[in-house]
Amino acid sequence: MADGSTMVVGSGDAMSPAPRKVGSLKQLSRRRSTAALLLCLPLILLIVGLKIYPTFYAIFLSMLDRKMNNFVGLDNFAFLLTRPSFHLVIFQSCLFAITAVILKAFLGFILAHLMHNIRGKNQRVWRGLLLVPWVIPLSLSTLTWWWLFDPSYSALNWTLEYFGLDAIPFLGTRWNARISVIMVNVWFGAPFFMIMYLAALKSVSEQLYEAAAIDGANAWQKLIYITLPMMRNIILITVLYSLIVTFADFDIVRILTNGGPQDSTHLFATYAFTVGIQSGNIPRGASVSLFMFPILATLAFFVLRDVLKRNKEVAS
Amino acid sequence: MANVSIRKVVKAYEGDVQAVKGIDLEIEDHEFVVLVGPSGCGKSTTLRMIAGLEEITAGEVWIGGDVVNDVPPRDRDIAMVFQNYALYPHMSVFDNMAFGLKLRKFPKEEIRRRVDEAATMLDIHMLLDRKPKALSGGQRQRVAMGRAIVRNPKVFLFDEPLSNLDAKLRVQMRTEIKKVHQLVPTTTVYVTHDQVEAMTLADRVVVMNHGVIEQVGAPQELYHNPLTRFVAGFIGSPAMNFLPVQVIDDGGLKVQLANGAKMAIPPQRVDRYGPHKGKKMTLGIRPEHMTETHDQEKPGVQLLDALVDVVEPMGMETLVHHFINGVAVCSRVDPNTHCRPGETLPLAIDMNNMHMIDDQTNRVV
Amino acid sequence: MSSVVSSTGATAGGAQPRKKYGSLEQQHRTTMRYSYAALSFFVVVFLIPPFYMIMTSLKSSAEISAQQGNPWIVRSPTLENYAHLLSDASFQRYFLNSTWVTALVVIISMTIAILAAFSLSRMGFKGSQVISTGVFLTYLVPPSLLFIPLFQIVGTLGLINNTWVLVLLFPTLAVPFCTWIMIGYFSSIPKELDEAALIDGANYPQILIKIFIPVAFPGIIAATIFAFTVAWGAFLYPLAYLYSADQATLTVGIVRELIRGDVFAWGMIMAACAIAAAPPIIIYTFLMDYYVAGLTSGATKG
Repeated sequence: MADGSTMVVGSGDAMSPAPRKVGSLKQLSRRRSTAALLLCLPLILLIVGLKIYPTFYAIFLSMLDRKMNNFVGLDNFAFLLTRPSFHLVIFQSCLFAITAVILKAFLGFILAHLMHNIRGKNQRVWRGLLLVPWVIPLSLSTLTWWWLFDPSYSALNWTLEYFGLDAIPFLGTRWNARISVIMVNVWFGAPFFMIMYLAALKSVSEQLYEAAAIDGANAWQKLIYITLPMMRNIILITVLYSLIVTFADFDIVRILTNGGPQDSTHLFATYAFTVGIQSGNIPRGASVSLFMFPILATLAFFVLRDVLKRNKEVAS
Repeated sequence: MANVSIRKVVKAYEGDVQAVKGIDLEIEDHEFVVLVGPSGCGKSTTLRMIAGLEEITAGEVWIGGDVVNDVPPRDRDIAMVFQNYALYPHMSVFDNMAFGLKLRKFPKEEIRRRVDEAATMLDIHMLLDRKPKALSGGQRQRVAMGRAIVRNPKVFLFDEPLSNLDAKLRVQMRTEIKKVHQLVPTTTVYVTHDQVEAMTLADRVVVMNHGVIEQVGAPQELYHNPLTRFVAGFIGSPAMNFLPVQVIDDGGLKVQLANGAKMAIPPQRVDRYGPHKGKKMTLGIRPEHMTETHDQEKPGVQLLDALVDVVEPMGMETLVHHFINGVAVCSRVDPNTHCRPGETLPLAIDMNNMHMIDDQTNRVV
Repeated sequence: MSSVVSSTGATAGGAQPRKKYGSLEQQHRTTMRYSYAALSFFVVVFLIPPFYMIMTSLKSSAEISAQQGNPWIVRSPTLENYAHLLSDASFQRYFLNSTWVTALVVIISMTIAILAAFSLSRMGFKGSQVISTGVFLTYLVPPSLLFIPLFQIVGTLGLINNTWVLVLLFPTLAVPFCTWIMIGYFSSIPKELDEAALIDGANYPQILIKIFIPVAFPGIIAATIFAFTVAWGAFLYPLAYLYSADQATLTVGIVRELIRGDVFAWGMIMAACAIAAAPPIIIYTFLMDYYVAGLTSGATKG
């Protein structure tokens, strides 16, 4: 207080706090920084210990021989590249990822538009029903698909024969198996795209469409000139993200075909599992996994660039 | 011919809620008409029905001699400026303005010529390459207007275009809009809730309330001769003062306030108000007609003492708020007038500009 | 020159309003009809597997192997599959393992994520941007790349064939995205709220507990649901590191133990799947909006 006396303020607060010293502000902010870092520590430890370190460790492992005693450099990689079954893995992984993602994006886009046409509470119901594939754990729904594809008992084949068509060996031939695997992935992943695109559609202001209507646009032109450009960012991010995840998929192939028939559906993940864990050749398994790395890194780079660009836009 | 005709137009929503309850309006070619009223009065709905953005429940809308009820917006030959500008964020200013022309397959040179012309007129020529997010509010509004101008439509529609701008910018843009209309005299229908905008911009003002048109007329007409209590209270800022009075004959036709004060009705109005002798009505007097007293008052001015409640110096005038018989009243006095809260201020009431409102019909007599 | 035009409103009585179902209205109706038709088609397609799963689970082995008539419906429904499973010690073990692992993982993941998100979104310090972007990036490193080196690491730690290994590893699946969600929600809390609290005398832990968590509660629910889903449905890690039946979780247990190349056990397999899929489905039914919010928060909040 100005006249030197101290004032007793309320209960518990016996004395007014000591006047702040200039120096303690700096201390305060430094303490805050340390506190902040401490809060982040578990996260950092987790990521470094169980994601970053293993990645480097994988690189190290891939350069060992089978017994993991000697260093063999890039021999494992070279060996893999000579194997036709591995060529198939590369081909199939790319085919699988690209085809599945294109189909999922396309389907998700259409579904989002259909959903967007339905206003009000009804939309929730439809959305609820259409999200179900994504909610059921993938391994379990894949089991169900396996049962649906069963060579002798397939309910789908029964339906085909009921309408006078021939039964299809869904997992019997190479291309059928590939298509089946892709279809299961599309079934599983399309709801995700639908939800994301629906959110993006909702965020486009209705007035833009009205202005376009007055400017003379028909439905198709509205889609091309307004909807797609406005959704460009979200489309890009979901496609990139899905490419990464689909590329590295394990569950579907493992359960449905385990790579067969004749290695025609093996992906990097399942092949690595077969080679590394089942056959016990850890280094070679590591090399298989690492083959994914360049592609994943490239895709991640594009995602990163987009995210950073948007962070900058938001900040400005 | 680009006149707009609204005939018995109704807009009803589910549950029989009627936003627009059957209105008629004739807008002449080249006219600048402003639809004004409080929120929810139906002005925006009416505008959107003209635009084709709202379904017309009943009645007809004619543009340029054709019924347009079932015609989609793109074929009505109209252009609209939205409250939120509705500029395409991913296109440059040039592309925004050119969009409508591109869709209609105008040749490139024609597009360029029109955009240049409009951009020059609106002083946004240097902004043509920018994207909307790099523009200020006023600039965006001008681009929105430019987009409308290049289309050279039959009718311009404005939906509260200045509501998102700050006060100073609003005044500036108001003048711009008026200037543009002088250069490009397209029929214009303009919606706003701000009666000052309405008064300054319009050839004719349409005052709407609860889905009906209260009055249509030139700004001055509405100011001097409001037809309903609503219009009287809506037009003019600060709003007109309403005092409950009784018409009496006390050696001449007079109005008596609740506290007993009497004010004579000027001779030219005696015939008009004579038939209402003895009736309890509402007296309407604008603040600008309640001023400080002078040495000599012109005929028709009556004196009234009023207790001062709050004084608001505005610079060029001072607004004084009083309570007369419990009714809040505002007067505009010379800034040099001495008055303090709690004091009594003698006021000169210019009864030549009085309005009498029938309490049952709410119409101005 | 003023025209006195004030209509007396309602159209009752007088002129009959011509209800014009113009082209706009009709167009709208047709669009709706097509939309509903198309959506119905997709709903049917999407729901075929779950539907068939339930149908099969109600069939006895005899009915499945007999293959009489329409496989899409159950002729003599029976609950014997469910009864058998629920009384089977191994299956109970799987369920139990899945439950406690998931519970622990959710708690651990959410704790790490909330603390980190609070720190990164609010207590901005040097490098916080790097860390958050880095976290998002590592989310893109898939388990199928890490499981081999982790096999070695896990072996060294002596955790092979020990369910506890999942408690260690599953957080890596959930934490990055959960943190991402929480950062989004925390960032959208206006800074004025903290400032008001600081003036009121709160310190940072109190701000976190009394303000952030309650206000961002939808985000917490969404992130928790995500962590639950990931932990409950994880397949690769359990498959790679757990070998005996008593250590396995539901997903691995069903796939590995119940499938013995014996066709007639499909009824039981499907019943097991139905039971295993039940918790996520139940949570989804009641908390669907949070599910969706969690997903789209990535999209809309960047």
